[in-house]
Amino acid sequence: MQSPFESWGRYPTYGAKLLPLHWQSDFPALTANLHNGALPVGMGRSYGDVCLLKDGNLLVTTAMNRLIDFNPETGLLTAEAGVSLAQILDFAVPRGFFLPVSPGTKYVTLGGAIANDIHGKNHHSAGTFGRHITQFELVRSDGSHMLCSPTENPDFYAATIGGLGLTGVITWATLRLKPIVSRKIDYEGIQFHGIDEFLDLTNQAHDIEYTVSWVDVTSKGGNFARGVFMQGDHSAKKDDLKPSPKPKLIFPFEAPGFALNSLSVSLFNTAFFHKQIHKRAVALQDYEPFFYPLDKVLRWNRMYGKRGLLQFQYVIPWEHAKEGTVAILREVANSGLASFLAVLKAFGDVPSPGMMSFPKPGITLALDFPIKPDKSFPLFQRLADMTLEFGGRLYPAKDAAMTAHQFQSFYPQWEQFARFRDPMLTSSFWERVTPNS
Amino acid sequence: MSTTPQSTSTPRKILVLGATSGIAEATCRIWASQGASLFLVARNAEKLAAVAADLKTRGASYVDTAVADLDDTDQHPALLAHAVNSLTGMDIAYLAHGVLGDQLEAERDFNTAAQILHTNFMAPISLLTWLANFCVQRHAGTLAVLSSVAGERGRKSNYVYGSSKAGLSAFLDGLRNRIDREGVTVLTIKPGPTKTAMTAGMPRSEKFADVDSVAESIVSAIDKRRDILYVPFQWQPIMFIIRNIPERIFKKLNL
Repeated sequence: MQSPFESWGRYPTYGAKLLPLHWQSDFPALTANLHNGALPVGMGRSYGDVCLLKDGNLLVTTAMNRLIDFNPETGLLTAEAGVSLAQILDFAVPRGFFLPVSPGTKYVTLGGAIANDIHGKNHHSAGTFGRHITQFELVRSDGSHMLCSPTENPDFYAATIGGLGLTGVITWATLRLKPIVSRKIDYEGIQFHGIDEFLDLTNQAHDIEYTVSWVDVTSKGGNFARGVFMQGDHSAKKDDLKPSPKPKLIFPFEAPGFALNSLSVSLFNTAFFHKQIHKRAVALQDYEPFFYPLDKVLRWNRMYGKRGLLQFQYVIPWEHAKEGTVAILREVANSGLASFLAVLKAFGDVPSPGMMSFPKPGITLALDFPIKPDKSFPLFQRLADMTLEFGGRLYPAKDAAMTAHQFQSFYPQWEQFARFRDPMLTSSFWERVTPNS
Repeated sequence: MSTTPQSTSTPRKILVLGATSGIAEATCRIWASQGASLFLVARNAEKLAAVAADLKTRGASYVDTAVADLDDTDQHPALLAHAVNSLTGMDIAYLAHGVLGDQLEAERDFNTAAQILHTNFMAPISLLTWLANFCVQRHAGTLAVLSSVAGERGRKSNYVYGSSKAGLSAFLDGLRNRIDREGVTVLTIKPGPTKTAMTAGMPRSEKFADVDSVAESIVSAIDKRRDILYVPFQWQPIMFIIRNIPERIFKKLNL
C-alpha cells in the first residue's frame, strides 16, 4: 500500500510504503523481502527530501519509543530511537533535567536528531546534538548489530552522526541530559540594525548559553538587516518543574496561496520588530515559547498552502561570513520574495563528531520561502551558488533544491561517507545529490 | 534507580496480561508514572523485557514479569497465583491480550476461526474465572478487560474477531451482574480502531484513535469504577445506531 508521506516543507511529496517499526527486532526482519530500498524516518520534520524515498519503503520509527535506562546521578538517558524530544522533555523536566541541545521544534525523534546532527541556540557553547550522544546501536540490513561510540566502531559513530539515516537503523541511543532547577529562561531581547551590530551582540554574549536572532529580510535602505537578538540562560532560581501542558491549537486549514505575499510578510516583520518597543526587553520566560515558539501551532506548515515551502539554511565560515551574509540578505531583499522566518546565528568552534555534520564556525542563516515555481527555484540556485563562492554549505535537513554539483562541493567528504552507507538504505535526497554514485 | 515524582499513597498492584499490546503498554506508562507496582505477562521475552525496562525507568515502584502463552489455559492458575504472590496482592487485573486474526483464512478454515475464539474468548474466561473468585474472596478489586466495538454487531469484514469479542462482552456483563455486589468492579473496555502494532498498515489507519488518549480514558474509567467504556466516547452513539439498523438493511451494507 502506497501512502503519501509529507516532509515538513510539503515539497516534494512522493508515494511510499510505510512500515512501522514497533520493536528493535523488527529491522531487518520486516524488510527481508523488500525491493526498492528503505529509509528510516521519524516524525517527518525535515523540510525537503532527506526523509522521503520515492516508491520505496519508509521505516517509521515513532512507535519504537521506549525508555531503557536513566541514571539521575549522571543524567545519562538511554532510549529507543523513535522517542521524540517532546517525550524526553516530558520525562526529564519534572526530574530536573533538560536536553543538552534542542532544535526549534521538539517534535523530532532521537534517531532523527542524530541522523541530522541537529544544532540549537547553544551551538557556540555546546556544539551539535551528536556531541552529547555517548553511544548508540546501529543495525544493518545484513542483520549485524553494532555498538557505536567514540571508542567502539568510531568510524560508524562518525558516519552515523549527521549520516541522514543511510548507515543503518539506529535502534537506541544514550544521551547526556543536563541538570536544571527551573522551567524558566532568563531572557533578553535586543534590537539591532545591521550585521555589525549583530556581531557586536554575538561577541558580548559569549558567556550566555543560548543566543539566536530574528532578522527582517524584507527591509531595505536604512533598515537593512535589522532584527532582534535573543539571548537566555536557564534560570538559576529554583522553581516548579511540572510537565508541559498538551498543545491544543492546530493550524486548521490550508492557507490560500495569496495569503503570504511580500506585503503581508513585510507588515508582519515590521510589526514583529516594533512589538519590542524598547531597545532592550528582559523577561523570565518558560522554556516552551523560548525554544519552540511555533510548536504551539501544531501544523503551522499549512500556512504556506498546498504548494509548501522551501527552506534555505547556510553556514559561511568566519573568513567570508559578514560579506556573504550581507550579499545574500541583499539578494533576498531585492528578489521581493518574502521570507516569513529568517533566523540568524553564529556557530561556535566546538567540533562535531559527525563526518557529514552541517555546522562549522561562522554565521548561519535560515530562510523559508513559499514555493512559487518560476521565482523560488532560480533565487534558490543563485543563493546556493553564492554560498559556494563564500566557502559555505547548505543544510541537507532543510533542502529540497540543491544540485548534485552543489552538494558534492559543499561536502567533498561524501565519497568517503558513501562507503558506510547500508546497501539497502537510500533517500530521495541521496538519489538526487549523488546520481553518479 | 530512577527518581520519580510519586504519590504518597501505597502504590497500586496491577496485573497486566498481554503487556506488550499497544494499548496495554500505553496504559502501563501512565500507571508507571504514578508509581504503580506491575506484574507483566506476555508471550515474547524480548518485547516483554523492553516494556518492563521502559516502565521501570518511567517510575514504576516494582516490576516483575512472566513469559507465558496465555492460550495454554492449563497454566493459568499457577501463573496467576505466582503473579499475586509476586505483587503481594492485586488491586487491578488488566486483560489486554488478543489477536485480530485473519478473517478470510477463518472463513475457509475452521481451525483458524477456533484459534481466534480460543485466544480472544476461551483464554480470558479461564483467567477471569480464577481472578473473579480471588477478588470475591477479598471483596475488592477491579477486573478491566479489553473487548471491542467490533463485538457490538457482526460484520462481514471481521465477524470471527467480532464474535469472540461479543462473547467476551456478554460474559463480562454476566460476571459483573454476579460479583458487583461482592465489591468487585468489572470494566468492559470497548475501543474503536486504535493506532497500534495490531492495526499498523490497515487502510485509513492514520485516522485511528491515538493510543495515548485511549490509555488515559482507560485509566480514568478504572479510577471512576465504571462498568463500560466506549473509547473514544463517540463510538457509543455510533454503535447504538449500528446495533439498531434493521437486519434487512444491514445485510446489504458493506461494512
